[in-house]
Amino acid sequence: MSIENKQSARRLLKEYAYSLGMIDKGYANRTLYIDLSGNTILEKPVTQEMKDKFTGGKGFGLKYLWDAVTPATKWNDPENEIVIANGPLCGITQYPGSGKSLVVTISPLTNMPVDSNVGGYFGPFLKFSGFDALELQGKADKDVIVFIDGNKGIVRIEEAPVDAADSHVLAEQLTEMFADSEEDKRNISVVSAGSAAEHAYIGLLNFSFYDVRRKAARLKQAGRGGIGTVFRDKKIKALVVKFVGVKGNLNHPADQGTVNRTGIKLHKEIHDLDDKQNRMRKIGTANIIEIMDEYDLLPTHNYKFGRHKDTYKINSYVFQDMVTQGMADGCWFGCSMSCAKAADNFLLKSGPYKGQKVVVDGPEYENAAALGSNIGVFDPQVVMELNFYCDTYALDTISFGTMTAFIMECYENGILNKERTGGLELNFGNAEAALELIHQISRGEGFGKIAGKGVRRMKEYFVKEYGADPAFLNDIGMEQKGLEFSEYMPKESLAQQGGYGLTNKGPQHDEAWLIFMDMVNNQIPTFEDKAEALHYFPMFRTWFGLNGLCKLPWNDITPAGNKYTSEPAKIPEHVQNYVDIFSAVTGKIIDKEELIRQSERVYNFQRLFNIRMGYGKRVHDKIPYRAMGPVTVEEYESRQERYDKQLQELLGYDPVGKSTEEKMKVMRAYREDQYEKLTDAVYKRRGWTPNGVPTLEKLKDLGMDLPEVVKVVENNL
Amino acid sequence: MVIKMIQVNGKEFPWEEGLTVAELLKRKRYSYPKIIVKINGTLVEPEEYASTAVRDGDDVKAIHLLAGG
Repeated sequence: MSIENKQSARRLLKEYAYSLGMIDKGYANRTLYIDLSGNTILEKPVTQEMKDKFTGGKGFGLKYLWDAVTPATKWNDPENEIVIANGPLCGITQYPGSGKSLVVTISPLTNMPVDSNVGGYFGPFLKFSGFDALELQGKADKDVIVFIDGNKGIVRIEEAPVDAADSHVLAEQLTEMFADSEEDKRNISVVSAGSAAEHAYIGLLNFSFYDVRRKAARLKQAGRGGIGTVFRDKKIKALVVKFVGVKGNLNHPADQGTVNRTGIKLHKEIHDLDDKQNRMRKIGTANIIEIMDEYDLLPTHNYKFGRHKDTYKINSYVFQDMVTQGMADGCWFGCSMSCAKAADNFLLKSGPYKGQKVVVDGPEYENAAALGSNIGVFDPQVVMELNFYCDTYALDTISFGTMTAFIMECYENGILNKERTGGLELNFGNAEAALELIHQISRGEGFGKIAGKGVRRMKEYFVKEYGADPAFLNDIGMEQKGLEFSEYMPKESLAQQGGYGLTNKGPQHDEAWLIFMDMVNNQIPTFEDKAEALHYFPMFRTWFGLNGLCKLPWNDITPAGNKYTSEPAKIPEHVQNYVDIFSAVTGKIIDKEELIRQSERVYNFQRLFNIRMGYGKRVHDKIPYRAMGPVTVEEYESRQERYDKQLQELLGYDPVGKSTEEKMKVMRAYREDQYEKLTDAVYKRRGWTPNGVPTLEKLKDLGMDLPEVVKVVENNL
Repeated sequence: MVIKMIQVNGKEFPWEEGLTVAELLKRKRYSYPKIIVKINGTLVEPEEYASTAVRDGDDVKAIHLLAGG
């Protein structure tokens, strides 16, 4: 169907005109609210108190979400919201990594707030159009598109009955439809999901940016927690924003000179050092695939192992040859880190787009590990194809990989068989079966319908329907709080077990990645050291999400003089850069301590939001034993020398003459006890009770003793 | 024969005559590109790894600069 026919099928449901505003020191000072049930569109003011307490980005999103829902709200209730927010530093073009959007909703996987960050142009364009956040509440009767024209000051809700479902098609079509010319396409950004998000709970959102050299709408993903599933449940087909006139001073910072100077310094570092350090400009985050394998950290066969003999087939240099080099691959203007790599003219061999040549955005490290080693697939073509289909169908690559790895282990243990999977032989390494599984999920058919609900619900289903042993499934099912683990092997790093387990949204490494500091460098040997790291890094990293920033330019490039600093792991010069640009944009002078407190305010608020929804306490912070140690004899014996040595050195237990089962039992008791002790230390450091509830004293100290928040604390002490 | 030991990141590691920083990193499979090496508190630059000897009893720190995946 032609673009013209699609346009003519549209029916305008609501048009709202607003006055164009001026951004002042990073804030538009208003947000946009849309209720899809009644087609209501409103503007809301952003108060100084809101800025002081929540800063922006994820902070604003969580504040609005809290106000929208009740403790009884489920993910598919109309009152649930999707909030997309930018943040006060979002949209500056001088400092790399400044175009992020933060998306929050009540997750279908966890039944509590989830947050996910994403590149692409939508967040900055939303701000330049006049809004610090967009709230989407209610449910439309039929599929709709929301269009924001940031130059004319118009918001429209239109019925979209015949538009494509899958993102790589839809983003292209809508970009063409809303642009006046080829030149104008760079001024469009589309948010969309895909066909799988209509069936699976692991649906993601794609945010587009138009790549002028490729002449293609590229996609970046808000992957975690099923936000795309909520999006389609609300019958939103897409959001489209158009803004013409991006330039470097639209945030009207208080001190443009400092923003410029700080950015130039980082651009120079990237130019001079990236090729010798992480090669982000050549292969992005996938640079660490073989490094994780070397350090026994690359999840393999559902996290049983951290290394595989065939990793060389999917190492970073293989993918470096597959992606097109020399392109300006920043997902926002001015990002010289340029890590949003893509393969061009990739020929698809399966599924509804078989035979077509497409652009594949990726693979990032997480994708390569999730869609490769963790499911035993070491064919880079298959990794790329799975990556493409995850994106266009709108499936979180991490959750898809981790849940497929779980399925494969269940299959190899007889919990699943061909009869139960509808003929799919889901052994580790069966690429064809993995591809068929993803197509089934997209259609909501067969075993794909069960798989798409995620690991937690599969565990319940396998116990109920197939009589599977719940203890075994809980040990090997790599989910916590309902969210699938991201792609690092945490067994040998107690701090990283905490980095996954003692988190707000679930086991995603964006709060803390401490494996090298802990397991390799041995820099944080005591519980108190680990607790300090599990306070500082989650708070520091939360801050990116409050401001619309990407965390990669913080530590995927390191200043030459960093090695001479007293705390090189923190990369102090870059921390100071963030202090400087925040002060320069907003005019609010902060220091590195206040930066952490800004995060603490929102972090504790999110923890109490979880508690308000019935989660977020100590019992919810426990992790599956597969994340802590060897569940099976096979795993123990694969690293027997290491484990036997630990038993001797750490416990004074002589392994000689003992069976593997006996040794595993002793090892397990020890490791589980270590995790409990770590939990005690971290809660204490964060100012929480032994049950994981933030104390009133902590809230008062942070200025977050808001009446509705205090009430949650009082009800849960 | 008594095995001589050095400390690498606070843990014992066997030492041999002629051991260099480059050889030590290889044996430890420390392949990450952003590592800071210090011997007894003194920084060793990467271009000196091959020529810098590690001596019996040395305290070696090989700090991997990655605090974020």
